[in-house]
Order: sequence, then C-alpha cells, then structure tokens
Amino acid sequence: MSDGNMIDARTRMVRRAAREITAGTVVNLGIGLPTKVLDYLPADLPVCLHTENGMTGIGPTLPYDRADRNLIDAGGAYVSPVAGSTYFDSVASFALVRSGRLDLTMLGAIELGQKARRVVVMTTHTDRKGNPKLLSRCTLPLTARGCVARIFTDMAVVGVTGDGFPLVERAEGVTLPELQEATGAPLHMPAGDVPVF
Amino acid sequence: MKLPDKSTSMAEAVSRIPDGAVILVGGFGMPGTPFSLIHEIVRQGQKNLTLIKNDANETGMGVDHLVTSGQVKRLITSHIGLNANVIAKMNAGEIEVEFCAQGILAERIRAGGAGLGAILTDVGLGTELAEGKQQVEMDGQSYLVERAIRADVALIRADLGDLFGNLAYVATARNFNPAMAMAADLVIAEAETLLPLGGLPPDEAQTTGAFVDCVVALPKIKKEYGVVRR
Repeated sequence: MSDGNMIDARTRMVRRAAREITAGTVVNLGIGLPTKVLDYLPADLPVCLHTENGMTGIGPTLPYDRADRNLIDAGGAYVSPVAGSTYFDSVASFALVRSGRLDLTMLGAIELGQKARRVVVMTTHTDRKGNPKLLSRCTLPLTARGCVARIFTDMAVVGVTGDGFPLVERAEGVTLPELQEATGAPLHMPAGDVPVF
Repeated sequence: MKLPDKSTSMAEAVSRIPDGAVILVGGFGMPGTPFSLIHEIVRQGQKNLTLIKNDANETGMGVDHLVTSGQVKRLITSHIGLNANVIAKMNAGEIEVEFCAQGILAERIRAGGAGLGAILTDVGLGTELAEGKQQVEMDGQSYLVERAIRADVALIRADLGDLFGNLAYVATARNFNPAMAMAADLVIAEAETLLPLGGLPPDEAQTTGAFVDCVVALPKIKKEYGVVRR
C-alpha cells in the first residue's frame, strides 16, 4: 500500500468506528486512534464522551491560541466543554469506569483494558514492518484478559473468539486472501457476502 | 473564632521535606502539576526521593527536572510514555519504575487518605499485574489485595487557596490533587491565587484546609504552566 492509500484506509477505519457510537450512550475514547473518532461523530448525535483525566461532555479540540491550559483530554489534546460538561477528580473518573457506567470504550491496542459494558479496539491491522497485530495469542504482557468484543482496523472489522476472528466487514479494496495473509490467526468467514466499509 | 493561617514561604514549606521522602505529586499531564514546588525541591536538593505521580510529565517539564537532577530513586506511576528521558533512565537502571493501573493508583491513594489498609479489586486478575499480590475470595468472587498508599509528603496544585489551606481546582487540573491532599503526613499546596479567610466560599472549596499543612502563594506564574505547543 502506498502512503496515500494508507491515509485513506485510516480515515475509513476511523469513520467506520464512529458508526459504532450510538445515541444516548456514555463513551470513553482511548488515547491515539480512538480520539480521532470525535471528528467523525454527527454534530446532532446525543452522546456523552468521557475522558479519564476527569471530564464528561468533551467538545471540539481547540487550536493553541484559543486553548485553556487547564483543560486537556487524556491524550493531552486541548479540548473544550459543551453545554452540560462537568469536571471531576481521578477517583470519581475511575469509579465511573469500574462501576459499569461506560456503555462503550474504544481502546488503542496497547492500552489497559477497561470495564465498560462493551470494549472495542482500534488498531492498524499490521505493524510498521507489516507483521500481523491480530494473533492467536498475545506476545506482550496482558493487563486484562478476554475483554474485547470487536476490533476495527484499516483492513477489516472482526469479532473475537477463543479460536480466531469472525470476519464482520472488510475495507474497500482489500481482498479476502490479503486479509488472511495479514492476520496471525484464522479468520472465520461469514455465510454469504462480506460487507464492505 | 478565627481559622489558623497556614500560609508559608516556598523555601520554608519545601525545607520540611527530608531526604528519602515518599512524595505524592498532583497532576495528569501538565494540568494540576505543582511546577513551582518541584523547582524548589530541585533548588534545595533533597535526595533519594520516591515520587508517586500519574505520569512522568514530559522531557524537560515537571517531575522530569527532579529525575534529571538525580534526586529520584523510585517512581510509582501509571505510565511514562511521554517522557523519553525517564524511559531511557529506567532502561539504564538509573531509576526504579513501578507501574500501577491508573484507576487502581487513584483508589489506593484514596484508601490511604481514608485511613484504610487496602482495597479489593478484580482489575488485573489472571495477568502479570497480579504477581506477588495477595488474593482473597469473597462471595464466590476472587479479588486482588491492593495496598493503600500513604506518603510522607503530598505536593498539591490548586487554582485558588485561602490562608487556612482550603483549596479549589479548575477543569482537568483537578485530577489526582484532591485524593493526594488527603493521603500524606505533610501536605503542601501551591495556590495560583491566595485569598484571605472568607475569600473562598464554603461551597466552592473542594479540599478542606484541615487536610493541608502549608499553603504557598505563587508570586508569578512560570511559562511552564502555559499551553504546550507540541
């Protein structure tokens, strides 16, 4: 893939992941790729975004000359409040996480697991050298086990089971053999056509 | 009745910190980090410190000054990913780093402040995070025992403070500060604006001065407190 195509694939992934966020939910967007989802949410979607450094109701990121030095998201971006935003301390922030008040958390892959009702991950399908990131068994130390429902990559959307990844959708322009080649565990094909995003 | 005046000079407050102290440091990224107190410790030169802070700030900022000056023996933190200097020193064995999941770190500090010995959690069960930790069963569920954290010193940053040490924080500069302000034997707060008694309305104080030993007014705000252009 050329760099130009990679940018398109990344945008497509972020746009697809944004569709996972539904009305009326409380959502934590993890550091990295997931925070980019903010830019692809419909302005009229009623949703409460949470950042673990102590805010609900995250508004648009601001340019440096308009930024509030005391207001960042967990990734360090200078964000803004919206009508109804609140601030709270780290204890309250993680009470919200652990008590199951998050409907969805969208993690970058190398992050801590969280206790939302639904945990999904956004990651590039392969690392910079082209090696698969979706494996039969993780090689890096785990900090949470068996918590992820779905994975969004630049090549596919997959579910997670004990013996492989059920393919849910594939990115436009990616063939099924290419997809299996780039995945380090068996991909289970759905009955019928694989939807394209 | 008049409440006591705990306003202290920067030099006097920091001089009460001994070598070898275990120090809680407020802040999540730059907001809420007590930069001025940190600079004063660099100036006074206390050694063999253990710092407990959410993160290691960034190279050349905040607690990184103390790491660079060689005053930090050990850092307990949730991540150091934004500070290449600390990563390099950890890999070279020049500083010990102990990682703790962020929400568990917050709750261990809260427990320390609340006079509790430990918390029970299922976070980290069955992973490397459970190694060396006691495990208990209760109502058919397994939990890890995570020790409460109580420190010798807490360095707190507030937006507003009054002479008694009542404190108020702003926006996401609150983060670990209120919990840390309850969890140390010597609590030193720097206040961007120091008000007279009665200047901070009772409903607006987020930390009661009863937890605070010294409140330090900042003569001027350093550039370090500003927006970081990356």
